[in-house]
Amino acid sequence: MTDPRTAIEIATAVRSGERSARSIVESHLAAIEAREADVHAFNLVTADAALARADEVDAQVAAGEDPGPLAGVPIALKDNLCTTGVPTTCSSKILDGWRPPYDATVVQRLAAAGAVAVGKTNLDEFAMGSSTENSAFGPTKNPHDLTRVPGGSSGGSAAAVAAGFAPLALGSDTGGSIRQPAAFCGIVGAKPTYGAVSRYGLVAFASSLDQIGPFAATVADAAVLLEVISGHDPLDSTSLPEPPLALTDHLIRGVEGLRVGVVKELLDAEGIAADVQARTRAAVDALEAAGAKVEEVSVPAVIYGLSAYYLIAPAEASSNLARYDGVRYGLRVDAPTTGEMMDATRTAGFGPEVERRIMLGTYALSAGYYDAFYGKAQKVRTLIIRDFEAAYERCDVLLSPTAPSTAFAFGAKADPLAMYLNDVCTIPSNLAGHPAISVPFGTGDDGLPIGVQVMAPALAEPTMFQVAAALEAHLAEQGGSA
Amino acid sequence: MASLSRDDVAHVARLARLQLTDEQIDTFTPQLAAILDHAADVEALQLDDVPPTAHPFPLANVMRADVARDAGVREAVLDGAPEAEDGMFRVPPVLGEAP
Repeated sequence: MTDPRTAIEIATAVRSGERSARSIVESHLAAIEAREADVHAFNLVTADAALARADEVDAQVAAGEDPGPLAGVPIALKDNLCTTGVPTTCSSKILDGWRPPYDATVVQRLAAAGAVAVGKTNLDEFAMGSSTENSAFGPTKNPHDLTRVPGGSSGGSAAAVAAGFAPLALGSDTGGSIRQPAAFCGIVGAKPTYGAVSRYGLVAFASSLDQIGPFAATVADAAVLLEVISGHDPLDSTSLPEPPLALTDHLIRGVEGLRVGVVKELLDAEGIAADVQARTRAAVDALEAAGAKVEEVSVPAVIYGLSAYYLIAPAEASSNLARYDGVRYGLRVDAPTTGEMMDATRTAGFGPEVERRIMLGTYALSAGYYDAFYGKAQKVRTLIIRDFEAAYERCDVLLSPTAPSTAFAFGAKADPLAMYLNDVCTIPSNLAGHPAISVPFGTGDDGLPIGVQVMAPALAEPTMFQVAAALEAHLAEQGGSA
Repeated sequence: MASLSRDDVAHVARLARLQLTDEQIDTFTPQLAAILDHAADVEALQLDDVPPTAHPFPLANVMRADVARDAGVREAVLDGAPEAEDGMFRVPPVLGEAP
């Protein structure tokens, strides 16, 4: 038979004893060896640990045990997920030398499902950015075109899957950090409902927005990965009291009779490229042809989402990142007093984008500005939730572009505000706590991938994946491209 | 809204415990001002009757049984610190005088 490629194919082959987990992991390590120097998806490749873990999986199979639904499947982990004894850097100098004393809950659940972690992937420092250009260790390149960014902040995870280094990866999404790189790299990426996946062991950026989610080459693989990592965790006080999501059975149900709304304000937002609009409209047409009821809907408050997000997220970040003071983690720059040591450590350890966001958040929270900025932004969040609720009375899912354009060139968005505008379509779901997924849907005028975003109400991941699978199936019928 | 000044940026940097050079303040001031100007759309909204949302879903306090247990990670936590001594994090003098 041909080599198993998807996570589902690999797990099936390993569980049945048809292939060894070691041979699977070896072939992926070889792929990394061949191309990682060009792509730079990883901060660290844990080859020895991966092979040892693969041998454990093979021993389980030999003993007649079932290693689990991800048996022998290589997976890449964003380097803001804690891994016991393995450096976790957040692509920041300030965590230099730090090794977490525990595993994130998602890392534990992957191990229990038989997955094999192959390394820690590059990101914009502390997940702040949309291109991985803000990494202290240099940018990741887009495997489709090495002169373009892979997106961000989970650019390393997206590039790892797109380059065939691993069939699966985990990222985190605070304002689009899974969905936008998935779109730029031509793969599937989903942000689950807030609280559906435990954040225990995810290094915090903006705690009311952060959520861990899957990357995969196919919708079905992303669904299996999300099933494995979701479900209540007592170690995260914001974890929803829900069982793991059940998605796989929904993938083949089609979209007959489903109500799909196209968000007018996002399709026509300033800066959305014509080819991206065209592919989004093509996705709408495909769903309509497959039996969905399609209409254009208005979610008026989303136009304020960007401004609200860039007050709320930096405010939470300025608080979360106060802990990096040279006392408990990683870097310390020596100085005569503790106060001077803290100042010197933070100044040397943080890169410019992290400094900008900390300053923006500190300002938004400071006396005299709190009501005008942070308080107002929190009220806008309420408006966005209300407008989504109204839209979801008429529609089961909502559609929009994922990102305004295809992958841009390195240095093209040197102005911070220009970079932030990239997140216009992805931010509203984070502010509302809703799930959203980016599905590849053809290519742009430059031949690079374009993603379409499917949004759904809280815990409606089954319907969201159902629609995503229908889009994927349509594209496959068209021969895999536009 | 009054635009952000150089002095504002220097003040915020001190609050955030960042030592910025004059060049960095020169760079950050217009960048941060542009971002705050973009937020003027939010600042201009009349939202007196709208309650704020701090979190996507209502949060309830989560309690666990008050039982002491050994987390077993003290040494690993201290190992991750720049300096530790006698089971504690070690820092330079806090009040500015050598011991």
